[in-house]
Amino acid sequence: MSAVRKAGTPATGTTGREGRAGTSKPRVISGRVVRTRGGRVSLRVQGRALAVTSVLLVALVVIMGISLTTGDFELSVGEVLRALTGDGTGGADFIVNTLRMPRLVTALCVGAALAVSGAVLQSLTRNALGSPDIIGFTNGSATGALVVIVVFHGSMTEIAVGALIGGLVTAAVVYLLVFGGGMQGFRLVVMGIGVSALLLAVNSYLITRASWQEALEAQAWLIGSLGNRGWDHAVAIGVAVAVLLPLAFGLAGRLSMVEMGDDTATALGVDVARSRVALLFVSVALAAFATAVTGPIWFIALAAPQVARKLIRSPGPGLVPAALMGAVMLAGSDLAVQRLFSPALLPVGTATGTIGGLYLIWLLVTESRKSRV
Amino acid sequence: MTATTAPTARLRAEDLTLSYDRRTVATSLGVVIPDHSFTVIIGPNACGKSTLLKALARMLRPAAGQVYLDGAAISSYRSREVARRLGLLPQSSTAPGGITVGDLVARGRYPHQRLLKQWTAQDEDAVIAAMRQTGVLELADRPVDDLSGGQRQRVWLSMVLAQETSVLLLDEPTTYLDIAHQVEVLDLCADLHERKGHTIVAVLHDLNQACRYASHLVVMRAGGVIAAEGDPATIMTAELVEDVFGLPCRIIDDPETGTPLMVPTARKRRAMARTS
Repeated sequence: MSAVRKAGTPATGTTGREGRAGTSKPRVISGRVVRTRGGRVSLRVQGRALAVTSVLLVALVVIMGISLTTGDFELSVGEVLRALTGDGTGGADFIVNTLRMPRLVTALCVGAALAVSGAVLQSLTRNALGSPDIIGFTNGSATGALVVIVVFHGSMTEIAVGALIGGLVTAAVVYLLVFGGGMQGFRLVVMGIGVSALLLAVNSYLITRASWQEALEAQAWLIGSLGNRGWDHAVAIGVAVAVLLPLAFGLAGRLSMVEMGDDTATALGVDVARSRVALLFVSVALAAFATAVTGPIWFIALAAPQVARKLIRSPGPGLVPAALMGAVMLAGSDLAVQRLFSPALLPVGTATGTIGGLYLIWLLVTESRKSRV
Repeated sequence: MTATTAPTARLRAEDLTLSYDRRTVATSLGVVIPDHSFTVIIGPNACGKSTLLKALARMLRPAAGQVYLDGAAISSYRSREVARRLGLLPQSSTAPGGITVGDLVARGRYPHQRLLKQWTAQDEDAVIAAMRQTGVLELADRPVDDLSGGQRQRVWLSMVLAQETSVLLLDEPTTYLDIAHQVEVLDLCADLHERKGHTIVAVLHDLNQACRYASHLVVMRAGGVIAAEGDPATIMTAELVEDVFGLPCRIIDDPETGTPLMVPTARKRRAMARTS
């Protein structure tokens, strides 16, 4: 996405040139500058971020290709493409358009949503642990869903709405609890972990009150899964992502200013309080929509932005590479559990949970080593 | 430079009530920053000098009263517009991990940039000029994390200069620096004041540095009250220092600059003065 956005300008007919073409000027900033002749448009492009973004896009296409062509019924690329354009045979059409495509689209959108949600929150809290699954928003969504399952015996759609409300309410509660003492990243993380533990207890209690059938349904929902996801799921998360991701990308500039501290950001003309509320809302909404569609999927929000950040090695939240990384991670994990463990129907939550747990241990070990130095 | 106390000054505060966490720091505080002055605010710890600076830079919303910038209430401007007119160097800032010096200074251009104008020729010129002035141009590619404290402070100052505002507020810019770097930073401010006619407002701790560099001195006492303000040579007296800081002293002429130099009374003389 970033590649298109950044490189799009010179392609539209204007002549791009190196910003440092005037050799008398010393080079001060990293990356390349693309400017139009009149100077009406000037863009900064980070080479490494662009390269990482391109590689992730290629990986994404490869994963999509494998997901759509392999499985119980092998299809050729041609058959898949014909099915996608509407000329497929009955069997291929059903496999691609009804079984594989909605699941894949859901995986891509949920992965991107979780990763951006995590990237924004980690940046706001200036803490690698500040992701929605660690600080309680995901457990809040689970509580919402469980209440609908156990108390109201709701449908799938109602469960999703319950999860959405649960996530948003939890975020509001955590925010209000932290807000009293000034918004500090560390406080938010610690408070969130507390709220998360509390909600976990509530969730366990709800399951003990449920009939065994409700408990089974609840348990199935609680292990995040992409199984049996149809177009209604894909469209719901697709619309959420289509609205919220551009909002997040638009706020990214302010986010990197806020990372320098409230005073510095204000001095540079950022309305810190308002930006923070907007960013928090976008982050929470992305996590809540994602969780509503698939159930809680752990660690994508925690790991994807950090891995993307380490790869691009440039400061700032790097939301576009993070989004792609999340999509690649979740779609890749889903592909792995489908193909490696078939015929067992393993939910994707188990895969991300295992990988993520290892990542979290590594993160805590390296962080504690860093703080000891 | 003489202090113009006309109400037409670009930056002034009227009848401020300032409070932090429901604790009132100052009431009915008014101050006029003379245009093109190097104003230094001094006072004992916790007297509210940094709070006043924060209010002047709209970091802190006054509980009552108003700060005026260029004739209009500062709260009526959009944040970005204030940032194009007034720059602030806060007491502490966090450099994003791994950022290079050039990229950090370039962030000072944020209030001038737009989505499709991320790095114009003017941005480039302003950043290069700011880095030249502060002597950090050669460090452009170095990560900020690798720099010494003195270099880092010059980089932050450079970022504020890249903002190209003619009013600069500096909150204790010399803290944590050794004496040579303190003088270096203050010399730089004096240069900006003299050569470019910038209006500079700085909170300082060292009375003698304040007297040396300030064209206009604001002395605050505990409770956010202005005890005296004006030309340091005129207002700086032993009585004022004893009154505000509770420290008996002598004021002599600085042998280098002729500005007032505060020398605390010897410990034994102070003890004798107490017993008599």
